[in-house]
Order: sequence, then C-alpha cells, then structure tokens
Amino acid sequence: MNASEQGAASARIALRAAGPFATRLDANVRPRAWRNPAPSGRYNLVAIGGGTAGLIGASIVATLGGKVALIEREALGGDCLNTGCVPSKAIIRSSRICAELRDSYLLGVESGGRHADFAAVMERVRRIQARISQKDSADRLQSLGVDVYFGNARFTGKDSLDVDGRCLRFRRALIASGSHPVIPSIEGLVAAGYLNNETVFDLMHLPRRLLVVGGGPLGCELAQAFHRLGSHVTIVQREPQFLPQEERDAAQILSEALARDGLTIHLNTQVVKVTRAGDERTAHMVCAGKESTVTVDEVVAGAGRAPNVDGLGLEAANVDYDDERGVAVDDFLRTSNPRIYAAGDIIEDSRYTHMSEATARIAVQNALFFGRKRLSSLTVPWCTYTDPEIAHVGMYTRDARKRGIPVKTFSIPMNNVDRAIADGEEDGFVKVTIKDGTDRILGATIVARHAGEMINEITLAMVAGVGFKTLSNVIHTYPTQAEAIRHAADAYQRTRLTPLLKRVTTRWLAWNR
Amino acid sequence: MSSPVRPEVPAISDEAFLDALQQASFGYFLRHANPDTGLVADTSAPGSPASIAAAGMGLGVYVVGAERNFITRADAAHRTLTLLRFLAESEQSDAANATGVHGLYYHFLEMDSGRRAWGSELSTIDTALLFAGILAAAAYFAGDASAEQEIRTLADTLYRRADWRWAMDGSAMVKHGWKPEFGFLNYGWEGYSEAIILYALGLGSPTHPLPPPSYREWNATFQWENLYGWDLLYSGPLFIHQFSHLWLDFRGIRDEFMREKRCDYFENSRRASYVQQHYAVLNPKQWTGYSRHCWGISAGEGPGFVTRREGSLERRYFDYTARALPYGPDDGTLAPWVVAASLPFAPEIVLPSLRYMSDVYPQMSDEQNRLRSFNPSVAADGVAGGWVAEHSVGIEQAPIVLMIENHRSSLIWRLLRRCGPLVRGLGHAGFRGGWL
Repeated sequence: MNASEQGAASARIALRAAGPFATRLDANVRPRAWRNPAPSGRYNLVAIGGGTAGLIGASIVATLGGKVALIEREALGGDCLNTGCVPSKAIIRSSRICAELRDSYLLGVESGGRHADFAAVMERVRRIQARISQKDSADRLQSLGVDVYFGNARFTGKDSLDVDGRCLRFRRALIASGSHPVIPSIEGLVAAGYLNNETVFDLMHLPRRLLVVGGGPLGCELAQAFHRLGSHVTIVQREPQFLPQEERDAAQILSEALARDGLTIHLNTQVVKVTRAGDERTAHMVCAGKESTVTVDEVVAGAGRAPNVDGLGLEAANVDYDDERGVAVDDFLRTSNPRIYAAGDIIEDSRYTHMSEATARIAVQNALFFGRKRLSSLTVPWCTYTDPEIAHVGMYTRDARKRGIPVKTFSIPMNNVDRAIADGEEDGFVKVTIKDGTDRILGATIVARHAGEMINEITLAMVAGVGFKTLSNVIHTYPTQAEAIRHAADAYQRTRLTPLLKRVTTRWLAWNR
Repeated sequence: MSSPVRPEVPAISDEAFLDALQQASFGYFLRHANPDTGLVADTSAPGSPASIAAAGMGLGVYVVGAERNFITRADAAHRTLTLLRFLAESEQSDAANATGVHGLYYHFLEMDSGRRAWGSELSTIDTALLFAGILAAAAYFAGDASAEQEIRTLADTLYRRADWRWAMDGSAMVKHGWKPEFGFLNYGWEGYSEAIILYALGLGSPTHPLPPPSYREWNATFQWENLYGWDLLYSGPLFIHQFSHLWLDFRGIRDEFMREKRCDYFENSRRASYVQQHYAVLNPKQWTGYSRHCWGISAGEGPGFVTRREGSLERRYFDYTARALPYGPDDGTLAPWVVAASLPFAPEIVLPSLRYMSDVYPQMSDEQNRLRSFNPSVAADGVAGGWVAEHSVGIEQAPIVLMIENHRSSLIWRLLRRCGPLVRGLGHAGFRGGWL
C-alpha cells in the first residue's frame, strides 16, 4: 500500500467513525488511546499484520504459552472485518430480504414489496462489524498475552524489525500484511472518482445508478446486492461469462439470476474510458468493436488485489518477493529467510479469508513446532455469495482432464430436490466429480441458495478421504437441500449395478419369492 | 400436466408421415433460395438475409431431394453449382462488406448481393456447416456431366482456400469468429458443442490444417456427466447433439474421449434425446404440454421477452435464445424440428412424439406443413394453443430433411464416409474403429 492509499484508508477509518457502532468498532480494532508496549526480550513469533492470518497465528502461539507480538498499521481484523467479508455479507443479507419481499407472492404472501432504508442497512453493517470485532479486539489479544503494536513494521535484519522506533527481535516471524485493491487502468477513472470493493462500504447514500466493472466474485456479489437494495446496476464483464473460473452452467445460472433481478448486463465488454460531468460519470464501453456509453452516479471498479510488500524492509531480512505475486514461499510457507514465514493474502493464490486462517495455522505449526504441513495438501473450498450462491471445492473437470485423469460428474439439478422445490429455491445444482472407475471425490461445484453451507459436506469427505459411495449411506435429514449431495451419491451407487449384477440380483430375488 | 391421449389409429402410416414432413421441409429450400447466388434465407421472414449455414445445409438437402425425386438430379446440380460459383467469385477480403475472408464466410449475407449483412461475424461453425454441405454435394455429384465435374472442382478449390489455422488466432483452439472492425471474438469453443464437424474439416484440410493438438485441447473441456441416470457428454440444447451428426456417421467410431467412456457420439445423442424426454416428464417448471411425447428444447425463436405473473407462478418468456436443460433457460417453448432431427438416434421415442405433437398441436405446422417452434403455455391474446413461431428457419428445416434421410437410408452419412478430407480430419482427431 503506497502513501496515498494509506491516506485513503485512514480517511476511511475517520469517515466511518461517525455513529455509536462505528465508534465501538474502532475502539476494538484501533483504540485511540492505545499505547504500544515496550518490547523486552526475544519473541517466539512476531506477526506482521492484524488481519485474519496474523490474528490466528498470534492467538495460537499466545494460547500455547509463547511470547508473541502482533503489529498492525491500520485496524485489526483486516479486510475481512473492515472492508470485505463481514460488511459485504451483511449487505447481501439485507438485499436478499428485498428480493424475498419482491418475490413473496410466489410463496402466496402478498407483501407489496418494500424499499430498503440504506442508512439503516449501513447502520446494521456497522453494528455487526462492531460485534464481530470483539473477537479481534486489541483488548482481547492483550488478555491472551499478545503484545499488540500499532504502527509500521520494517525488517532491520534477519531476526529483527522496527516498529516506529521500537526494535523487536524474534525467533520466527510471520508476514501477514495482506493485500490492497489495484487501481484499474481505465482512462479517466481515477480523475472521475470511483469506488473499489473496500470503499463501496463507505457509501452513506444509495446511488441511484451504479456501474460495476468486473464480473468476478466480488463484482457479481456487489452488483446483485446493490441492485436489490434499489440502485439500478449495470455490470460490465470483459469475458464472455461471469466468474470465468467456474463451470459454464454455474455462470449461466448466475447470468439468468442477475437478468431476472433486472440488472443491465454487458458481457464481453470492456470499459475503455470514464468521464465526469458534475455528479455523473459516463463510462465508454466497447463490445466486439461496437461502442456504447452508460451514465451513472457511482462506479465500482476493481482489478484484483496486490500484496502489501512496500515498506516492510524485506530486502534487509533477505526475504524474496515480487510486487505482484507477493512474498515467495515454499510448500511449507517458509520464505527465503528460514526464520520467516508468510500466510494470507501476502502469498499468491491464498486470497480468501479461510485460506488466510488455514495458511496461518500451517505456518505457525511449521515455524515453531517442527511441522511439515504443506500448502499443496490443503483442500480449499470457496464460494461466491450471489443468489444463488456458487461454491466449489477441489479440482475442476477441465483441470483433471488436462492432467489425464479420467473423470465423471454426477449432477443433480436442485429442481429435482424436494426441499428446494418446497422452498422455491430451484435454481442450481450439485455436481460432484469423481475419478472414473473409483469413488474418489476429486471436486464439486454447488449452485444453490446456500451452496456455501452445502459444500462443506463435500470438503469434509475429501479431507477425511471418505469415498463417494459412503455419502450414499449418510442419512440426511429430510427434507433438506443438502440431500442433493446424497442423491448424487445414490446416482453413483446405481451406476455400480452392472447388467451382470442386475441379472444376478434378479435371479436371486426370483428364487426367493 | 396431463396430456391428451394420443389417437390410437394414425390417419396415415409412419412412412407417409415422414414423407410429408421431409418434403415439406425440403420445400423451404426451393422457396427461399436466391436463384442468382444460390444463397438460402435464414428465415422465411420477408427481407431475411441469407445464412451460410442454411446454404450449406441446403446443399445436403438438394442431394436428398434428388434421391427422393423431389427435384431432378440436374436441378439439384444446377442449384448447387449456382451457390458454389457465387462462393468462388464473391469478394474475399478484409473489407467490411466482403462475403468472407481467408476462405471463410460471414454468418449472414445479403440475399441478392451476397455481401456481409447485419454487421455479422465471420463465423467458423457456420462456415464449417457450409463446407460440410459443399463436400456432401461433391461426393454425391460424382458423375461425368460437366456440371457435376465443375461442382467437384469448385468444392475442392473452396475447401483448399479455407484457412482454418488462421481462425485459431495463435491460441490453442479455434475461435468462434472474427469481425473486421474488431478482430477475433472473445469466445473459443469450450465444452462439448456442435464443433466436431468444424474440427474434422479443419484437421483434414490439405492446405491450412488445424494442428491435431487443437482437437485434444478442445476435448479436454468436455464434461462426462451422469444426469437423470444417463451417462453422457452433456450439453443443454439438443441441436448441439445433432449438427455434426447431420453429416458424420458416428456409429462405432470413437475418439480418445469416447474410447475412455466406452461410448460414441451417436449413442451419446441417443442418450441426450432420452434426457430431453425425461426432463419433459419431470417438467420442473410446470409448463403446459410437456410430457413423454411432447419435448424438444433447443436454441430458437420464442414468444418474446415477457414476464407474467400467473397466480403464484412467475412466467418468464424469451425471444431468440439458446434454450437448454436441465438448468434453463426453459420458457415452455418446444422445438419439434429438434425432435425430428433425433430420429436416427431414438426412433422409438421420436416418431411417437412427432405424431403426438402433430395431432395435439397441429398449429406447430405452418401452411406448408413445416414444423415450427411453439409454446402452448402462452395464451396471449386468447390465441388457442399459445404462441407459434411466425416464420420457418433454414437451419431448423434442413436437419429434418437430412436426419429423416439418414434414418432411412444413411444417404448423407454414406456419402461423407468416403470423403477424403473428413476421413483424414477424423483420423487426426483420434477417431478409430467402425467404418473408419
């Protein structure tokens, strides 16, 4: 994060500080009267960054009786609490209510529809942040035995660093400084003013017209949520489908859902320029050579995230890094300095909150307890919290096939699941991919109203090495949407009934009549 | 949804029924071909531009017509030659109003001038469907008559000119299309689709062949699924399981993917037809009419973009869209032509279904007895039976003609089994066994 970005972040904290919940939140994550402790002796672990990875790493070591320091330059809780998962999911919940009121007649309930009170929605966001922040609060960490420092950390040697003039020595360090949004390279965007996936949660008023540039997970979530809250949202995606990483059916169902919500969708389209006149911004777009424009009140644009490596003095610590890919680590999350490990967003391919947590656990275990846990051994699910949600774990079919693994996918449409029908939540599917000829689960994609919850069953099976046929024997409460997983396993079991086996069973049953 | 009981005694025999259906669809190509260019209109709508896919399929249709004595062989040859001469002489350049470039053609052309229409894209799949028809015609017109000799010469010239490799744009797979104003479209062929014929033609080219790894690269995006108890290479709209099969006899020949799955693309299309029927029986969206004899979801025209509330149901209808199952879009619109085009794969369900749909929904046939899409769920303006497509579509009529013929005599399949480039292309794609 450069100086101007840090300034913007501080301004955001200041802006947010209006209202009782915001005050309580800040009291937890960045107490104004906080005094940094005076370092004494060598720490078992110094965690740089008070986001999910740093918090988990520091907490584990403190709980086990270690001497640990945690350094945060902005606010504890990191992106997840302050600008990411927590505010976005709180807003999504409100937006879902709007959609449910809109559609309540489909369930025989005439609600007349209701409009969102955006100020109240945002107040709820702050309240939830304040509440959840208690777990991440400086006071709680201190009570656990963590030395919490607010300030800028900078390595001064292989086993030491400086925090605003204080020298901390460590046996092991964990770099968990996170990431920041990259400024999109769209002509005129910065001058016109735009929001990113963090600053959008600072909005005090609901924009009447909102342009979302980018159809990845964050873009799709924000676009749908704000449209349901009452903005008219236009979403522009450069690729031919949303969520290009996900399989076609999932992306298609999402497109249908966004279209049904009434968003204006531009796929295969690039925003090439943004201009501003008064409070309005006009985006100039190109789709297959055809130019068009859209005028909106606010623009949300993102171009991914970049690791926070600036100012850490990584050279002094002999830690190899790259401005785009972050800190280089081996499969044990060790950097080029064997005393220093890294976890969370600062390492490539680890930019989910749950990955931050998982990598922090691995890093601490490997750093301090002779662990040999590997990053590559993790089974990592993820979810895009649109409606319906799109969750995935493990290998994609295309990746398996490219690796020469024969695969087969068992598909259960949600419109064939009793509970989904009863709930009126029929859009979606469960697809479980196995290694053909075995019952080994390689991966799964679930599109459903609560896919993020459902995918955990598959993840558990994969981590525990439970075969697909075993899931057929797992009694699921009826009726639940998760039964779709058992239906898929049942379908697998039926494929094991070969013609020969069927002839045998038929004869047996005939003989036993 | 309950369905009316099918009349027990058919008024005409199945053979006569198919005859009538085939001849009616054949009539589209007599009525909607331009006599000067040979181009075939995309639809029967007045002012419709030509579709190069319809023109290509039309060449196969003429072959069937000649065999079935719908027209004379000489007439069929004349119609074929008219189109081939136009294709050979029309402008190939990167000008925005040319007919094509690099030997490939724009999706839509002006009927009279043959120039690019609607700002359409240079379409790789539609060009492939055009060339499939060209090669079928070349294989059929094997006689010594000067017209037939010229057909073979022109077909060879045109095929050699097509630069399939250029259409990869340096990537691993073939691109969907190209526009002079923009360059290549941002789409590649990913996932199972109707593109086997495109790859077979491209891989078999003696002049600008696709590299064999391109097919394997595409193959790697296929998804073998178990859906409703059927193991199949899945794709939502039924036409995808048919358009390459209009030309290629997939019975018994297998590429690496199908060898692994112990299946073939013919059997796969049979399963896809059954999945369509199964879906109609389940009818998850509770549309009117769907049953085991009333199915057929594919890309095509629709009632229009309308959302209606019907009691506690929301009804969303679409205009032209790629309808698909089981995840949609499905707006209750049925495409009977796509049922007919599954005849070779599953006659035991297709024929009863076609007869049932004809009996119960006679409005799905227009005045010329051509099948057209219909939607019995739409009761707009009090029209009994709901919405029916106003116009016939070339690439919907041709599959009816070709697949009825393939079912009866395998005519098109037999012709192209001995088509050198296609045999070579299939070989490069890794197909083995059967008639290969």
